[in-house]
Parts: sequence; structure tokens; C-alpha cells
Amino acid sequence: MKIFKQGILLLLFLLLFWVLLTSIDSQELIAGGVIVILLTLVFSRKAAVFGDFQITFKSLIYSIAYIFVFLAALVRSNLDVAFRVLSPKLPINPGIVKVKTSLNSKTGRLVLANSITLTPGTLTVETKGDHFYIHWIDVSTQDVDLASQEIVSKFEKYLEVMFG
Amino acid sequence: MADILYNTSAVLALIAIILAAWRLLKGPNVADRVVALDVMTIISISLIVYVASIAQRVIYLDVAMVYALISFIGVVAIARYLERGL
Amino acid sequence: MAVFGGIITFVGSIFLLLGALGIVRMPDVYNRMQAGTKATTLGILLFLAGIAIGHIECMCIFRILILILFIIFTNPISSHALARAAHHIGIPLTDKSVTDALAEDESEKEEAIS
Repeated sequence: MKIFKQGILLLLFLLLFWVLLTSIDSQELIAGGVIVILLTLVFSRKAAVFGDFQITFKSLIYSIAYIFVFLAALVRSNLDVAFRVLSPKLPINPGIVKVKTSLNSKTGRLVLANSITLTPGTLTVETKGDHFYIHWIDVSTQDVDLASQEIVSKFEKYLEVMFG
Repeated sequence: MADILYNTSAVLALIAIILAAWRLLKGPNVADRVVALDVMTIISISLIVYVASIAQRVIYLDVAMVYALISFIGVVAIARYLERGL
Repeated sequence: MAVFGGIITFVGSIFLLLGALGIVRMPDVYNRMQAGTKATTLGILLFLAGIAIGHIECMCIFRILILILFIIFTNPISSHALARAAHHIGIPLTDKSVTDALAEDESEKEEAIS
């Protein structure tokens, strides 16, 4: 059952990609695209990219909210970087800290790690099991739980609903 | 007015490429050089799109797309190589 | 409309410049990566969005959208792979660094093996 859900979601996603890439002006193009996408799906059955995505109304709302949370974090992180780069004393206090995540799905962890990289002052260096090792440009705590609270939890509550 | 803004942005992007190239030449070790190269590639994608808008050729956008793809794969391949050989 | 796009492009190019400046000024490879990845991601997003807004009459807005999405997804991945490789081959953190939990954990594991 899971493989059908994953296949249909991936089909819709790739079809959207194809339609955006070629402007929509002929049915032959779209038909050819669908055939190629179906072949691709047959050959890549094991790459379960969307296998963990929950299809509920709540998860859809949370996905849209997540995009805005992410964009706000991206803008704040850029202002942060601009401030640090432009100030003559270079106010950094870097270090690698360890945080813990409670997400189980692989795609969820991928999105979480990418979001951490693009948010203020943090960069994912390594993932091992439940733990992420994060390079933090301004270390305020070295404790695992407190660091997780500060870095991970704001995204985790959305991703938990989206990916289960 | 709009043209002046676009051209100024392109000049700023060019200065950014020169700064990154300085790090590429000077960087103490290989990771620094690869980071500088990555930033240079990203900035040159924006310059390719600027050239496409000047020349009014939509096909240049495909060039930018392929360039982004190759730069991503190249950086990941170099990282893999540094980690444990190919 | 074109002036609005031009202003957005200008702001984006300032972020690109700040990213390159961060590459030059920061003391070690991880901090350089932070500045480089974040600033160039938002910078190129604004730069391309400004060009798309300024030239809305050509049908290229979808292609630019795909380009932006692609860069937002792949830029953090490549920087993560590079940071991991840099730590693995033992490029040191700068002297100002406070802590290195990853190196501590790895040395603990080696001691347990030996």
C-alpha cells in the first residue's frame, strides 16, 4: 500500500516539474512525459522519497505553514550573517554541539537537516542515528537537551505532523 | 532606472566572484578552495540568468540549470573523494 | 514593475557580496561554509526573483522558479557533504572554538575499540 502512495505522490511531483519545465502547449509533450515518468518509477522503486508523507488535511496545512516558518528563518539567518561579517571585530564563538531528534522518517530527517543548515548560525556536520552534530557559530549551551530545544524543536513540531 | 539597478547588481556579483577567487587562490587547504569554488559557481549562475535577460534568449536559462546540476554533483563527488577515495 | 524587480535584484546582489566577503573574512572552513551557504542561497533567490519580476512578459518565470527550488534544495546538501568530509580528514576548527562534540565522541569510540 505504501509503495502505491509513494508512487502516486512522486508521479504528481515529477509531472508538475515536467509541466513547469516545458511550457504547456501540446498534449504530446505531456503524454511523453507521463510515459517517461512511469518508466522512471519502475526503475526507482526503492527510492522512497515521499513514502513517509502523511496525506491528511492537517499535514497539508502544516506543510504550507512550514514554508513560511522556513522563509522567515532564512531571512533572519541572512541578517545574522550580514551582521557578523560586517562588524569589524568578527563576533563569533563557534563550536560543534550534539543535538537529538525524535523524527523517525528518513525524508523528515533530510528536510530537518537542510532546514538547520539554512537557519541562523547553524550547519549540520554529521548525522549518527538519532543525533545530529551541528556546527554552531555562537555556542550558548553545550548540553544536548538545551541545544535541541534551541535549534531543533521549532521545526520538529511541524515535521512530526508532516512525516510522522 | 531599472536598467541601472540590474547593471549595478551584475557588477556587485562580479566583485563577489573576484573576492571568492581570492580565497580560491589563497585558501590554506583543499576544503577552503572547494567552498570558494562552490560560491563562485552559485554567483555565476545568477550572472548567466542576467545575461539571458539581456540577450532575450530563454534557452540560456537551460544552460544555467545544467550548470547548477553539474556544480552540485561536482561538489558532492569531491566531498566523497576527500572522505574515503572514489 | 521593472523598477521593483530591479530593487529586489539589487538587494540579492548585496547578499551575494556579503557571502563572498564572509568567505574572505571568516577564520576557518566551517565558518566560511556558514557564511557562504546562507548568504548565497537567499542572495540568488532574490536575484533570480527580481529578474523574473522585471521580465514578466517572457514565459521564463517557471524555469526560474525551478532553478530557485533546485538551488534551495541542493545548496545545503552540498555544504553538508563538504563539512562532513572536512571534519573527517581532520581539518581543525579555529582557535576561538569552544567545543567539538563530534571529535570527542569519535575519540571515545576509538578508545573503546582499542
